[in-house]
Amino acid sequence: MANEISRRLFIKGGLAAIGTVGASSLPLPATVRGATQGALATLIDIRKCIGCEACVEACQEVNEPKFPEPEKPFPKMYPSRVKVSDWSDERDVMDRLTPYNWLFIQEATVTVNGEEQTFTIPRRCMHCQNPPCADLCPWGAARKLKNGITRIDADICLGGSKCKAVCPWHIPERQTGVGLYMDILPAFAGNGVMYKCDRCYDRLEQGELPACIEVCPENVQKIGPRDEIIKEAHAIAKEINGHIYGEKENGGTNTIYVSPVPFEELNKAMEKGPGKPHMKPVEDSMAHADNLAKAMVIAPLAGAVAALGKFYKFTKNDNGSEESRK
Amino acid sequence: MKSHNRYELSGGQRILRWLYVLTLIVMGFTGFGQMPIFKRYYIADIPGMAWAANFFLTHYIHYLGAIFLFALIAYVILGYILSGRKQFSLTASAYVRIALLGGIVVTGIFRVFKNLPDVVFFPGFTLFIDIAHLGFMMVYIFSALFFLIIKSGWVVRKSY
Ligand code: SF4
Ligand code: SF4
Ligand code: SF4
Repeated sequence: MANEISRRLFIKGGLAAIGTVGASSLPLPATVRGATQGALATLIDIRKCIGCEACVEACQEVNEPKFPEPEKPFPKMYPSRVKVSDWSDERDVMDRLTPYNWLFIQEATVTVNGEEQTFTIPRRCMHCQNPPCADLCPWGAARKLKNGITRIDADICLGGSKCKAVCPWHIPERQTGVGLYMDILPAFAGNGVMYKCDRCYDRLEQGELPACIEVCPENVQKIGPRDEIIKEAHAIAKEINGHIYGEKENGGTNTIYVSPVPFEELNKAMEKGPGKPHMKPVEDSMAHADNLAKAMVIAPLAGAVAALGKFYKFTKNDNGSEESRK
Repeated sequence: MKSHNRYELSGGQRILRWLYVLTLIVMGFTGFGQMPIFKRYYIADIPGMAWAANFFLTHYIHYLGAIFLFALIAYVILGYILSGRKQFSLTASAYVRIALLGGIVVTGIFRVFKNLPDVVFFPGFTLFIDIAHLGFMMVYIFSALFFLIIKSGWVVRKSY
């Protein structure tokens, strides 16, 4: 406990200092750099988070150049029921996901051993292993990268929001008035660009840590090869008799939360709604596609067998009639 | 045109043709449904059509259609090789349709492949595949309509 208090004090004083350390001076661990071929995952130990929001601020700061600068007034869209999504005048919103806020701290107050305890949980895109947002994006604007990142390419995205509809957590957020659709048929197709955490892909490429991980005074998050992260998450869960979220959800994600209380309880206790994702169990959204893909391999064989069968019957009948004619 | 020696389809072939046309219509509709347009343009508001805005459902049907189409294509190709080609030859419009259908199928296979876990395409390739899949399909629709108007079938009976 004393240790924790002193750490907290250190954070209060030291946060500013950490900010000045500079982005590139905390390099990616060697294990991570060496493993760029495989999927990287993050471990989020929610016991450690103190809800200081340093990560949220850091995310806004480093990703500012990627934020939308929409042209106004927005082109009129048809039919009139198409909604404008405009966050450009609310860039400071930090308590939910927006196109200008890709990470927020969600709170859940639960009773542990008869005592009330508030957990603060960093929430953002889970970076699914088989992301429906990327699989079902009709343009390939949302895509999965080798290192386990799911990224939406702001230059291609038309803002149709399908990724948000199919994401089990409805993570991506739209800003109207920017992007490719403005150059095509802004009145009739598209509605802006979808934004979400890109796990600082550009920083990772430079061998740097994602900003939210780097700046966190409590080392809540950790990034590493997925199998190692999973191992560590299980080790912690075993030690504290805790729970894991993200390993199996939606068929597996690259964001692994560890908690001393069941996620069911956290989910019940947290405020959910637009821009505030749940923590419910999630089935693999793409399982149907994976199963049908297997059937696709067999389908031509079935067709060929049917054709052969028919041909065989046909020739046999043919021979039969020949014989009967004799 | 070649309509004078257009070949009358047998009962079985007629069924095959209708299955094929029906499958393509379903594939076209559910394919378009992969773009977020059915809700915006009131299609999903038509009574009984709400399902059209469910991306997972239209995706599922599109995959089922692909399975059926693969079986159908294999059946027809093998049937043609085994017995059809002795009596019939393919028309020029059939070759055009085969090429376009080939384009649709190949790009579609890539798309299915991309959706599998652990498969990652390099940037730009998915975009290319998606646009090509849509492009082949659009050209197919227009050429099929054109061939319908000029009454050019797939096969003509071989003249001996
Ligand atoms: S994750 Fe770290 S930086 Fe973010 S709120 Fe928690 S303690 Fe603060
Ligand atoms: S959490 Fe949602 S947005 Fe993020 S990768 Fe998964 S499906 Fe896509
Ligand atoms: S990984 Fe980067 S983009 Fe994602 S929440 Fe952290 S700072 Fe933001």
